[in-house]
Amino acid sequence: MSEYEIVDHEHDVVVVGAGGAGLRATLGMVSGGLKTACITKVFPTRSHTVAAQGGIGAALNNMGENDSWQFHMYDTVKGSDWLGDQDAIEYMCKEAIPSVTELENFGVPFSRTEDGEVYQRPFGGHTLDYGKKMARRACAAADRTGHAILHTLYQQCLKYQAEFFVEYIALDLLMDDNGKCVGVLALCMDDGKIHRFRGHQTVLATGGYGRVYFSCTSAHTCTGDGNAMVLRAGLPLQDMEFVQFHPTGVYGAGVLITEGSRGEGGYLTNSEGERFMERYAPTAKDLASRDVVSRSMTIEINEGRGVGPNKDHIFMHLEHIDPATLQMRLPGISETAKIFCGVDVTKEPIPVLPTVHYNMGGIPTNYHGEVVTRKGNDQDAVVSGLMAIGEAACVSVHGANRLGTNSLLDIVVFGRAAAQRALKTVEKGSAHAPLPKRVTDKILARLDKVRHSNGDVSVGEVRNSMQNAMQKHAAVFRSNTSMKEGVQKVDTISKGMDNIGIKDRSMIFNTDLVEALELENLMQQAIVTMKSADQRKESRGAHSHEDYPKRDDKNWMKHTIMWLNEKNKTKLDYRDVHLNTLTNEVASIPPAARVY
Amino acid sequence: MAEFALPKHSKIVKGIDYPINSGAENTKKINVYRWSPDDDENPRIDSYTIDLDQCGPMVLDALIKIKQEIDSSLTFRRSCREGICGSCSMNIDGTNTLACLKSIDDVKGDINIYPLPHMEVIKDLVPDLSKAYEQLTSVKPWLQSKSDPEKGKSRKQSPKEREKIDGLWECVLCFSCSTSCPSYWWNGDKYLGPAVLLQAYRWIADSRDENTEQRLEELEDSFKLYRCHTIMNCTKTCPKGLNPAKAIGEIKKLQLERR
Repeated sequence: MSEYEIVDHEHDVVVVGAGGAGLRATLGMVSGGLKTACITKVFPTRSHTVAAQGGIGAALNNMGENDSWQFHMYDTVKGSDWLGDQDAIEYMCKEAIPSVTELENFGVPFSRTEDGEVYQRPFGGHTLDYGKKMARRACAAADRTGHAILHTLYQQCLKYQAEFFVEYIALDLLMDDNGKCVGVLALCMDDGKIHRFRGHQTVLATGGYGRVYFSCTSAHTCTGDGNAMVLRAGLPLQDMEFVQFHPTGVYGAGVLITEGSRGEGGYLTNSEGERFMERYAPTAKDLASRDVVSRSMTIEINEGRGVGPNKDHIFMHLEHIDPATLQMRLPGISETAKIFCGVDVTKEPIPVLPTVHYNMGGIPTNYHGEVVTRKGNDQDAVVSGLMAIGEAACVSVHGANRLGTNSLLDIVVFGRAAAQRALKTVEKGSAHAPLPKRVTDKILARLDKVRHSNGDVSVGEVRNSMQNAMQKHAAVFRSNTSMKEGVQKVDTISKGMDNIGIKDRSMIFNTDLVEALELENLMQQAIVTMKSADQRKESRGAHSHEDYPKRDDKNWMKHTIMWLNEKNKTKLDYRDVHLNTLTNEVASIPPAARVY
Repeated sequence: MAEFALPKHSKIVKGIDYPINSGAENTKKINVYRWSPDDDENPRIDSYTIDLDQCGPMVLDALIKIKQEIDSSLTFRRSCREGICGSCSMNIDGTNTLACLKSIDDVKGDINIYPLPHMEVIKDLVPDLSKAYEQLTSVKPWLQSKSDPEKGKSRKQSPKEREKIDGLWECVLCFSCSTSCPSYWWNGDKYLGPAVLLQAYRWIADSRDENTEQRLEELEDSFKLYRCHTIMNCTKTCPKGLNPAKAIGEIKKLQLERR
């Protein structure tokens, strides 16, 4: 493999990804004195955190409602359909308060209340007093909260002179013979050189993999590169069957309309003009959990009450809201509706459809951000040298269904936690053990194969087939027959990878090559998602199984973990859900029927 | 004697024509600037004719369709496809904008696409923005305050104070504005340009920032700030509808006040 020039770097910590989680971790590590490299395939402010709209959840109690982190925790556990780990959820909801206050102190331009405090709005599934009424808990910067947070975190990283490697795509983890992660190998897109980053901790903050689906709110770059690297390192992914459909993607374009628009008073109607959510969720109505709203919309459409010439979507109304409020609280989605569907939100409804939005599943970790796996009877065995945070990780705080505002919270709280952990566990400036050459060679061989691929199918064709199969077979509603068919289809399509060809042979900004590498990453996650879905014989959160319409706590209150070998064969196991809390400040929340 | 020769690779030649073979009726020709550093060729314009009935509504959809179906070597940045990440800024139909927000129907006749003007090109439609990013860092675009907030508390800011940074913080750093500015074309090494000055003003205008005087002092420079000649291309081109020219005007006003 002498063809590639390799540049070596040694750091205390290597962070892969510069979205909210990666930047928050980098910031905490750099400001704590760890020599940190942050590698990212796009310039930091272009990461997909930038597209988050509605808010970040924290019981700051700025709206005078006696909100508390205990209520937030209850809502999150209930939202997760009791698949979330309660120790991690307690940690997240409690740490939400200092974490969000820190964000304000960093300079995030939050909207304000008359008292000059951070403005908070209602959001789906967030309640007071254990479900009695809706809470105003989502701390918002108009409807561009992700943009506000991401830019501020980048600015703070600049302040501490963090070391960024921008437009580098990570290829694979460097794993030593003892199964310890000792860094990552990356390709610099700018000049085609290979960079070998050594770190005592490698932190994967690589985001979700929404692009395995045809229609998603996720950016083109959401290809779950970290998840795939973990699979290739011989480690499992967890709960990959749980894919969130956001109720309000724009019909056709798939771009997101924030749940905050329903938080500000927006509502959904069917072809009869009926506010149908009142039937499905009498208390929370349009602000029920996302899985509940997406299912209700799908039922309305399936029963012939969809709107439009093909009766295949739903209307969302904002036109009853004062235009000044829309301008102040929802300027971004007003613009989005205008541009992507020609709708003036002050006059007419927005055509919407449930759209793939978020991956609850990912790399299993504990609440410190350390990657865990199952080794025999040890269900929480820490993988040395490897951490994962943000959407890439499955802590699991979202379980089977994530609440809105909890993803921005997740990235900030666990980015911060990972930094605190690394500051405790990594000895600054300590030496790196030599790494056998074959570790790098194996990764370069994979790169070389893709770079010289000369088959007769394009990346675009294979990607399309995969996305369409996933769209059809791992949808809002699933059944035995459909998922079996999906498993077979994805299996067949994945074999097409052997026959792809790329056209660009250059080493400079070769996006043809990058898209092929990303497709390989997506394909591995598609296989694991489809198979994880097929084996779960119950309905829970985002996994609605028509042949098993009930939640089955006796047999299925457990995390799926799945490995994938080099021949794309999967191995299945499980981990227990942590029903225990972290401290005795709060009692474990026992499973109950989920009514909104 | 001054030598008047065009720099290497500045002449653009006609490239490859990719006609459409099907019987499509609703077609559009997209002419795209192509250049790769790998060979010694001049830049060229490749022409792709696409079927609009099989394409999304935006220029970015057309570029993705070309990359996916006709020529996978076509190189451009893209990510969110909804105008918030700022990746796909380029010159379309003579105007700098985000390809994902630019409707194909808005362009009469062929669509001509070039990289952002007057930036070094890495490849095809990908400009090298590293100097612009360095300029951004140079204005210390982070909250600077002498006093610490009360421990565990947010800083207070009234809705009125907060309103002053509306139209400033929403910038997506696409640099459409800076690269539309003749003054930036000419003095881009020393003039900060509208995108970066907008960021500088974002912090000057933020009631929580306590370093206004120092910030203004550092901007008081005939090149950094005063190369703005109120040409207003920046405001005209901003795909997010922001007004960098106004922000620059506000900085100049504050400079006058402190004299």
